[in-house]
Amino acid sequence: MNITLDADKCCAAGQCVLIAPEVFDQRDEDGIVVLLDAAPPADQHDAVREAAAICPAAVIKVDE
Amino acid sequence: MTPSPASPATAAAPALPVQPPQGCPFDPPAEFARLRTEAPLSKISLPDGTEAWLATRYADIRAILGDTRFSSDTTRPGYPLSGMTGGATTEHRGFIRMDPPEHTRLRRMVTREFMVKRVEAMRPEIQRLTDELCDAMEKRAGQDVDLIEALALPVPSLVISLLLGVPYDDHELFQRLTGTLLSRTVTDAERESARAELRAYLHQLVSAKEAAPGDDILGRLIAEQQVPGEITHDDVVAFAALLLIAGHETTANMIGLSALTLMRDRETADRLRAEPALIRGAVEELLRFHSIIRNGPRRAATEDIEIGGQLIRAGEGVVVAVPSANRDPEVFADPDALDVCRPNAQHHVAFGYGIHQCLGQALARVELQVVIGTLLRRFPEMRPAVPVDEIPFRSDMAIYGCHTLPVTW
Repeated sequence: MNITLDADKCCAAGQCVLIAPEVFDQRDEDGIVVLLDAAPPADQHDAVREAAAICPAAVIKVDE
Repeated sequence: MTPSPASPATAAAPALPVQPPQGCPFDPPAEFARLRTEAPLSKISLPDGTEAWLATRYADIRAILGDTRFSSDTTRPGYPLSGMTGGATTEHRGFIRMDPPEHTRLRRMVTREFMVKRVEAMRPEIQRLTDELCDAMEKRAGQDVDLIEALALPVPSLVISLLLGVPYDDHELFQRLTGTLLSRTVTDAERESARAELRAYLHQLVSAKEAAPGDDILGRLIAEQQVPGEITHDDVVAFAALLLIAGHETTANMIGLSALTLMRDRETADRLRAEPALIRGAVEELLRFHSIIRNGPRRAATEDIEIGGQLIRAGEGVVVAVPSANRDPEVFADPDALDVCRPNAQHHVAFGYGIHQCLGQALARVELQVVIGTLLRRFPEMRPAVPVDEIPFRSDMAIYGCHTLPVTW
């Protein structure tokens, strides 16, 4: 799995952080998404797919 | 309900359905189920006589809200403003009524305030406020208590005043004015007067903070954005009004409806008491199930756009039926059932979708988790003090809920 972000579009809703906190975080200064692990281990994959599915601004792109 | 025969071209489109089915106060209007199947994008007429599209299917609603060619700017031609009542008025044109790039610029000035980790850091304080209000309620055992006035409204109100930096001496005034805004026992004139007084108060609050900015959202907006000339005094007031109204009435109504639902569903309440780890998911399901935004969000098409096979033309308005999306059987199995273990409950659009999705959702989640968990733990015997058909539901308001909720235990 390889994750890329289009952080310019991020609206800082924060759901990715709630769903996959080991993969996503938010920047302290403005809450914009930060990628902690672009190629997370298999046990994170479901959470990452879920975060991508509900991201309101379609920021998270997952290649498998 | 039977489908009506084809109407003549001149007949007015039906109004936006708002009434829950008879005896089912938690369900959205029954008409939505028929529309989703037969006419997922249909014309409705608004109170001012203009027409707009009504979207009722989950997939179409996500497509509309996720597409910035549908404008949130209320001043655009075709924007379906008419018929919005309750908290949503045009008097403060905050960033929710703007499009990018202005929307992005202003929203980003406050996004960090509602970040997950900042909100999580507030959890102990929210718990403390909730416990204090529950202590006060406990002292009134044996009397009928209005849960809206005693708990559902004060929690978000106190949290918002903390975030905005309302001085402690002003709490009583602030609470009274926000309470009047939510009350149904006041006249329209009294509500309008409270709205004006609150607006004047916010102006005064911002002016005081201009003299001495504190460590709170308004203080930071003034120091970091207003002083360098990025925004004006009036912009700061608009931020204050938006954060106050958006995060306040909504959470208060969700608390009221959630408490009532769990008082009526003993099995689920017992399960949540036994397994408090389920409360997080239960809150998502309660958000989906209740979908308190009853006649919005709304948009205006800025160009011709095809949605679900239907062409929406530039300059036409769209009303999105959140309660209908969240009960769409294409997405949520057995959608009219409350299932606190529903695996995809968090796919709901109760906070909207797209770039305008609720900025305060992490805060709303923590408030709901804390308040619902605390109520279940501390008041296991709580029950409605009147039959459910005597509870005044807010069918007449943009944000659904109970005007009052008398309880006893």
